[in-house]
Amino acid sequence: MADLRVKFCGLESPNPFWLASGPPANTAGQVMRAFDAGWGGAVWKTIGEPIVNTTSRYGGIDLNGVKVMGFNNIELISDRPIEDNLREISEVKKRYPKHLVIASLMVESKRESWHQMVRRAEDAGSDALELNFGCPHGMSERGMGSAVGQVPEYTEMITSWVKEAARTPVIVKLTPNVTDITRIAAAAQKGGADAVSLINTINSLMGVDLDTFAPHPTVAGKSSHGGYCGPAVKPVALHLVSAVAKKVRIPISGIGGVGYWNDAAEHIALGATTVQVCTAVMHYGFRIVEDMIDGLSQYMDDHGFRSVEDFRGRAVPNVADWGDLDLNYKIIAEIHPELCIGCQLCYVACEDGAHQCIAPHSAAGNGKTNVNGKGVHVPRIIEEECVGCNLCALVCPVENCITMKEVETGLPPMTWNDRVRQQAAGGVYPDAAIGAPPTPSGD
Amino acid sequence: MTLLNAAPKLPAEQYEKNFADITPPMTRRQALIEAERCLYCFDAPCTVACPTHIDVPAFIKKIMTGNLRGSARVILEANILGESCGRVCPTEVLCEGACVMHEKGEKPIEIGRLQRYAVDHVLDNGIQLFRAGAPNDKRVACVGSGPASLACAAELAKWGYAVTLFDRNKLAGGLNTYGIAGYKTRAADSLREVELVRQLGVTIRQGVEVGRDITFAELEKQFDAVFLGVGLGETWELNLPGEDLRGVYGAMEFIEQTKIKSFPEIEVGRRVACIGAGNTAIDVVTAARRLGAETVYLVYRRSEQEMPAFKYEYALAKNDGVVFLWQTQPVRVLGRDAKAAGLECVRTRLGEPDAKGRRAPVVIPGSEFTLEVDMVVRAVGQRPVTEFLRAVPGIELRKDGTVAVSERHQTGNAKYFAGGDCTNGGKEVVDGVAEGMGAARGLDAWLGSPRAKI
Repeated sequence: MADLRVKFCGLESPNPFWLASGPPANTAGQVMRAFDAGWGGAVWKTIGEPIVNTTSRYGGIDLNGVKVMGFNNIELISDRPIEDNLREISEVKKRYPKHLVIASLMVESKRESWHQMVRRAEDAGSDALELNFGCPHGMSERGMGSAVGQVPEYTEMITSWVKEAARTPVIVKLTPNVTDITRIAAAAQKGGADAVSLINTINSLMGVDLDTFAPHPTVAGKSSHGGYCGPAVKPVALHLVSAVAKKVRIPISGIGGVGYWNDAAEHIALGATTVQVCTAVMHYGFRIVEDMIDGLSQYMDDHGFRSVEDFRGRAVPNVADWGDLDLNYKIIAEIHPELCIGCQLCYVACEDGAHQCIAPHSAAGNGKTNVNGKGVHVPRIIEEECVGCNLCALVCPVENCITMKEVETGLPPMTWNDRVRQQAAGGVYPDAAIGAPPTPSGD
Repeated sequence: MTLLNAAPKLPAEQYEKNFADITPPMTRRQALIEAERCLYCFDAPCTVACPTHIDVPAFIKKIMTGNLRGSARVILEANILGESCGRVCPTEVLCEGACVMHEKGEKPIEIGRLQRYAVDHVLDNGIQLFRAGAPNDKRVACVGSGPASLACAAELAKWGYAVTLFDRNKLAGGLNTYGIAGYKTRAADSLREVELVRQLGVTIRQGVEVGRDITFAELEKQFDAVFLGVGLGETWELNLPGEDLRGVYGAMEFIEQTKIKSFPEIEVGRRVACIGAGNTAIDVVTAARRLGAETVYLVYRRSEQEMPAFKYEYALAKNDGVVFLWQTQPVRVLGRDAKAAGLECVRTRLGEPDAKGRRAPVVIPGSEFTLEVDMVVRAVGQRPVTEFLRAVPGIELRKDGTVAVSERHQTGNAKYFAGGDCTNGGKEVVDGVAEGMGAARGLDAWLGSPRAKI
């Protein structure tokens, strides 16, 4: 069986699955139950001067009957005294010495305050520190959280203050609510950070009650922007993790949309060493880690990976600039008539929403009937028109009914950047995709 | 007492249980989950399969978005009797039978129940979706007030016609009120839909028999056109000896009792034989069992394979514990004290296929036997009631007694249009609605409206 142990900034974690800093990691009781369930580590809910929370605090977005595709919160950091949190960290570390407990910290932007907090957390026995420079609501208005993480200079400065005092690894948690997250990651690295974690939640407003005009989640008829997370944000997280992986040399703890082992494996393939989970636990409880461990082990065994390092970052080189994609690579859609149910969703999607390459009926589909003898109209791909965009395969409700097949163009690979270079050199363009010479400006 | 042995009465609550809605209304949650399953097909096969071509994906999507009023509008624009069609349509062979989910290996979307859910919203809340059109000073009479007439009237009223329905019965709605199994709909459900039509300014005159209480000449004088939606009449006689005994009923006569009387008032035999195996026969045998009959026989001279009833209707009767006597032909009704006491039958074998491809039953000599029963119900199809139309010059009756009509539902007399069971020989409610609407379009075109599309 695959070895799921990972090394993160020199610390050994029993597996890459950590609780993210949030409500599930609020108390010793929760964290210990999480470790019993199989979690390898926990980033404690952010410790700082206790705050006062609102009711309500959370909002959810459902899609076609699936609950909480997206989730947001306007909850702040721990509402419990610093001493209580630190005492509980000590207790957990005593009972679970092999598991990682990471203190998430947020204090006012003063050097002495940070020094003091770092020492207290480390004295309590935390294995590492995570600096919460990402919280998008409530704390940012007080000059903390994302107010720090949105400015590279502040990020670098406060990271360096922390490093002055820290004896344990320092992880800087990054906010996605910036134009270029890689600049913040680079600033954290420059300030001496040992690792970064991302993404924190995304600025969001969950909706509006159309009778009362109160936004969600509602506090006495009003709301505030909150942090968006859950399954819906995974693509944003994966993009930013890969971008940061290309930019910095320090380890990454991936966060965002992880609910299953495969989400975690994707974060790892894009450069993360560990992953952090919050929303999925809030939805289903700590028990979800069992299949994360089981599924990831199975996947690694199936692929001959003995450790997470064997595939960590493997997909990073494949995240390319658009200009480096091969324009002479061609795929087209193929409908398998025996699987087609005749819903015509591919037809209308292509006809109205894409490139008009599907005919509603086909010779192959003529005469096909359903179990009640009713006709089933199988559409037909107009192959010479198909641009290979994937849309029909994406909207088709039947698995494997529409697949994309590679078509041999007989042309050598040719990227946009190749074309621009060759044009500059006065060359010619063996080109299936575009034909006419490119304009220097492109589009 | 009409019957030799009547079945003992059931406890009151047992009747309500036995005739409870066979497909109960959906809760909001159920409707949302079901609506979300719909794939929103383009050029959807369910819509094609519906005789009134309700835009099914559109109304289901509207349920999903919480726009129930809009959903009901989509349904009722295409079919003013959308609520009862949601309950009584053979959806398994129409919309739901065409659902692409079958091909996906999943349960088809419960279109009928969703349809009822949406329309119930406007009926329960008294929301009026349609108004009469600006008067066009044209007047139309509809003879009969069943589904075809109601649909025709509603359509014409929306276009500004002044419409009057003439019906000889006490209650409006035709077969929709009087002739559908009680566990599918009650008379009150049908009457709710009649109100929808009345809201459009349509006048309904009950207890008026055209040809007797009002002459065709008077109709023609008072109205610019006439729609005939007279439906069908009583069940065909079998001409068996003893058929005139007390305790021998026609199917419609029996079912009607379940629609207008309270259940304990209805007398049902302890042992009942129903002759015929169509969907109406199923309504009879299930009603008899649910009213307390101890033994109910369904007597059919062909075999299970030739049975005209839909599969799920057959399943209903089987679940109700009905005894099926295949290849059994009735010979005579036996009587005692002028009341039915038995049904003498003979066994058949199946011979060569007839003109319709069904194998004809051939009597096996010497195989006679007697069923001891207290009640016999004929369910062998309804007789046309079109003879009285011979008084109208030009109207042509086909050999089977149905009214001959053109594509635009016009009869041989240009002023008369017709639709529903009296022209199609007996089909579903939804077919009656489709034909009534078709006739409205035909009539509108004939009266010279520029709107007309046929």
